Amino acid sequence: MSEAINRKVDRSQMQVSDEVAIEIARMNKWYGTFHVLRDIDLTVQRGERIVIAGPSGSGKSTLIRCINRLEEHQSGKIVVDGTELTSDLKNIDKVRSEVGMVFQHFNLFPHLTILENLTLAPIWVRKTPRKEAEETAMYFLGKVKIPEQAHKYPGQLSGGQQQRVAIARSLCMRPRIMLFDEPTSALDPEMIKEVLDTMIELAEEGMTMLCVTHEMGFAQAVANRVIFMDQGQIVEQNEPYEFFNNPKSERTKLFLSQILGH
Amino acid sequence: MTESSIAFARTEMLPQQEPPLSERGIVKWLHENLFSGWMNSILTLLGLLSVFLIVKRALPWLLYGVWDANSLAECREAVAAMAGPDAHGACWAMIRERWHQFLFGFYPMDQYWRPVLAFALMIVALAPVLYYGLRRINMLMVGIVGVLMVLALIGVGTDAAHLLVAVGVFAAIFAVAAAAPTKLVWVTILFPAVGFFLLWGGSVWGPIGALAGFAIFGAVWSLLQKKLGVVVAAGVGLVVAAMWWLVVQTKVTTVLHEFLPAGLPSVDSDQFGGFLLAFVIGVTAIAASLPLGILLALGRRSDMLLVKTLSVGFIEFIRGVPLITMLFVASLLLQYFLPPQTNFDLILRVIILVTLFASAYIAEVIRGGLAALPRGQYEAADALGLDYWQAQRLIIMPQALKISIPGIVSSFIGLFKDTTLVALVGLADPLQGITKIVRADINWKGIYWEPLIFVGVIFFIVCFSMSRYSMYLERKLKRDHR
Repeated sequence: MSEAINRKVDRSQMQVSDEVAIEIARMNKWYGTFHVLRDIDLTVQRGERIVIAGPSGSGKSTLIRCINRLEEHQSGKIVVDGTELTSDLKNIDKVRSEVGMVFQHFNLFPHLTILENLTLAPIWVRKTPRKEAEETAMYFLGKVKIPEQAHKYPGQLSGGQQQRVAIARSLCMRPRIMLFDEPTSALDPEMIKEVLDTMIELAEEGMTMLCVTHEMGFAQAVANRVIFMDQGQIVEQNEPYEFFNNPKSERTKLFLSQILGH
Repeated sequence: MTESSIAFARTEMLPQQEPPLSERGIVKWLHENLFSGWMNSILTLLGLLSVFLIVKRALPWLLYGVWDANSLAECREAVAAMAGPDAHGACWAMIRERWHQFLFGFYPMDQYWRPVLAFALMIVALAPVLYYGLRRINMLMVGIVGVLMVLALIGVGTDAAHLLVAVGVFAAIFAVAAAAPTKLVWVTILFPAVGFFLLWGGSVWGPIGALAGFAIFGAVWSLLQKKLGVVVAAGVGLVVAAMWWLVVQTKVTTVLHEFLPAGLPSVDSDQFGGFLLAFVIGVTAIAASLPLGILLALGRRSDMLLVKTLSVGFIEFIRGVPLITMLFVASLLLQYFLPPQTNFDLILRVIILVTLFASAYIAEVIRGGLAALPRGQYEAADALGLDYWQAQRLIIMPQALKISIPGIVSSFIGLFKDTTLVALVGLADPLQGITKIVRADINWKGIYWEPLIFVGVIFFIVCFSMSRYSMYLERKLKRDHR
């Protein structure tokens, strides 16, 4: 299961500080009458790398999509970097410009070149001068190791390359928190590795990360905390070693036996 | 199974070979396209036969066409003298004599330079829209249109002074196209007022006043946009601009006109006709219905209940009513709803209702394009912190409009052809209005095919160009290299 990660992870920069990055308190969400998220309590310190696991339909994607308000919660409180998420559009835009998000299906803008994909938000949201935005974009394209693709269109890139571009696009906004919504689920096995490598590098630089993923190798190598969700609630959370080797709840044991069993 | 029976290793690679004779060149093409079975062979032969029969009937008619005659009777004599008493021949002489009516209606002859210049400027105004920022093609367009315009101006017998003015205008535009092609947009922005002034004439202050209204709208909008949000600011701006247009403008322009009387002889709307009328209505309605259609499509998908209900109601109402009803509303009813002094021109009223009609259809076409976009595009735009209008303008609309191009252009072509329906409210459209007038002349009584063919060919050229342009645009915007 961990064959995708075959390098040593440098933990020197991975430090969890006392500062609170995200605070979620007694948060509930319904889709119509269906109670998707039930009484979620979660505090994320700056510098944490959290992996959220769980069966499909357990609400893990919905949870991280609530953090930048792609989904609206109906009760409880979400505070991101000191800004509470309410229906106030100014707050929402402020949070969104500081929280990066990477999607399962990349969601690059197909009508723009890679470079334009990367510079769009800095230019229009941050009002960065174009030249500066392009320099930043090339820097991050270099970091995800595809600077030579800058003038191509997303449709010309492989899935793994597209996902790395999507990560670079988020980074161009200089976010303080990154959310990953199953970033490798739509990729071929050989491409999963290149995306995970990029994510590991990001973690090594001390980025606060919340990842919904099925890559348990990544969780063991990088995460400082694993959260297991089922039926819209947090069932168990622990540090990775304890979580995998000594799960407390029956539901977690069943889940782990299913995904690690073969 | 033993291993030896399946083991195989190629020692040399096979070179490429020519395909057999039946699989290449004309033989293959004929076989695949015309004679791929006995049924298709019969259909091919039947098709050839019917083409032959049509050509056999039509060709002599076209070949014996007469250009030099003063009446239908003279035409027939000329044909009879040329090819015997039973022969038929086209009487193009009618077009030679009446072409100006087909093109300009009853526009005063000594003022023909105005519609010609306006038409040439219209094409130049389209250049930056169609080929934004492409220096070479813009220069080429301005140059070719300029030359054609000079020829047309000489053709309609323009006096030297006005010819010089037109050439001067084009020289200036050409210089702009060469120096800064993106600045050509200003021609586009100013064209509605310039075109209106050229076509209808009157005091120069009228169009300037109308433009000032837009400037007022822009100023109010940009002042309030930060504080009140885009939509509310636009609403306030619109109210202020409407106050200017309806209350203040005429007073200001009258005073200005007294100080500095400048303008062109005014031409009444009932003097408009032919393709001049078709283009005035068609082009204005096309240009105005696209932005309106975009707003309606966005309104229909909006979360705001009032906006959504109004958009849906508008679209469904307009689509549920025949265009002819709308035209009658324009010619008869609309006047009742406006303040008593406003003397709203009939052509203007028709343009407004044709625009509303077209925008409902455009809105639905664009909604189709919006629905085809994956949700992820909206989410990615949101997650990056783009606000609603930025996301629409930069991410959603470019893609949705690209998907909708075939549908939008179909609507435009339909709209352009529908301009002939204005015959029903008494305007002289090229197809029915002008043809009827021509036939009312005792000399041309009984002429049917020739005006229809002439008008049809011009409509075809215009519509076919639109269709080809849309295909060019689709190819140019193709980005998914899969």
